[in-house]
Amino acid sequence: MQPVNLEKVQTLINRFAGKDVYIHLETTNGAYAAHVDEKFFNAGAFIRNAKVRYELGKIIGEAPSRVGLKLEMGWIYAQGITHYEFDSKERLLMAGHDYQGKLAVSLQISETPFE
Amino acid sequence: MIAKEKHVLVIFPHPDDEAFGVSGTIASHIQANTPVTYACLTLGQMGRNLGNPPFATRESLPLIRKQELLNAAQAMGLTDLRMMGLHDKTIEFENDEKMVKMMRDLIDEVQPSLVITFYPDYSVHPDHEATARAVVRAVGRTPEDVRPKLHCVAFANNTLGALGAPDILHDVSAVKEQKLDAMRAHISQTAWMLEDLEKRLGENEPEAVKWVTTERFYTYRWDQGYK
Repeated sequence: MQPVNLEKVQTLINRFAGKDVYIHLETTNGAYAAHVDEKFFNAGAFIRNAKVRYELGKIIGEAPSRVGLKLEMGWIYAQGITHYEFDSKERLLMAGHDYQGKLAVSLQISETPFE
Repeated sequence: MIAKEKHVLVIFPHPDDEAFGVSGTIASHIQANTPVTYACLTLGQMGRNLGNPPFATRESLPLIRKQELLNAAQAMGLTDLRMMGLHDKTIEFENDEKMVKMMRDLIDEVQPSLVITFYPDYSVHPDHEATARAVVRAVGRTPEDVRPKLHCVAFANNTLGALGAPDILHDVSAVKEQKLDAMRAHISQTAWMLEDLEKRLGENEPEAVKWVTTERFYTYRWDQGYK
């Protein structure tokens, strides 16, 4: 993955606009967060292969950046994006990695379902 | 001394779950010519250690971890590795009876004299807990006269207070290098931890040596059963 380049990521986000796409969206503190620190309130969520269509998508702010996708009927939002990759299967993979190199957030867009 | 078994069945949800606390026991059984089957339920798809700068993506991580699992099996001398095709973080949401059947089918096929998994309620990660519950149910429903032994790994913070000291301690000094190699095989997950561990081992720090050369299990207490 590459550090976020706003212009390049924006171009890639535009590429999927107006198409049926599959989304992987995830936030996580890791399953061990409350084991390591019992005072830690552990919360997270993921959705994989949600099929949506967005009319407008933007990446905003120097990394860690925010990405918002305006859907026909709603929104998708991710905060903390630091890296991206347009992979060999033509999927846009965006992720936020914390200072220890652990994934904290991920937003991925693909025209074909994720495995 | 590790008791001689007819066949050992190890069941964990994530590649690397076997490495820290059980790989020495697995390698020891294999050295004693005891067949060992390891069923690993997921490919650890949701692992968080991706590095910064990242060395992998959410989508390439499972491929990396699959290869690491194969490498770890090789390090332990394990030839019967089963990848069960489930998705990381989702095991507790699968149908409970489907999970029990998966374990039942493994047990029926392998006919183990010993099953090793996590201790339910004392294994922290929801996938560990769900795996442990399914294994306990499957083994528990086996008639007592043919029921395999069940040894469980527990590491929740309250383990010692609730379960006391582990009743089974395996000295795996003789296979220490294989155990370290199994941990090294999962390098995407263990790099940070190994750097520290190998430094401490290099200085012969007693705590680190003891941690690597002793594996700890609890015999499952059937009066706490998951029906």
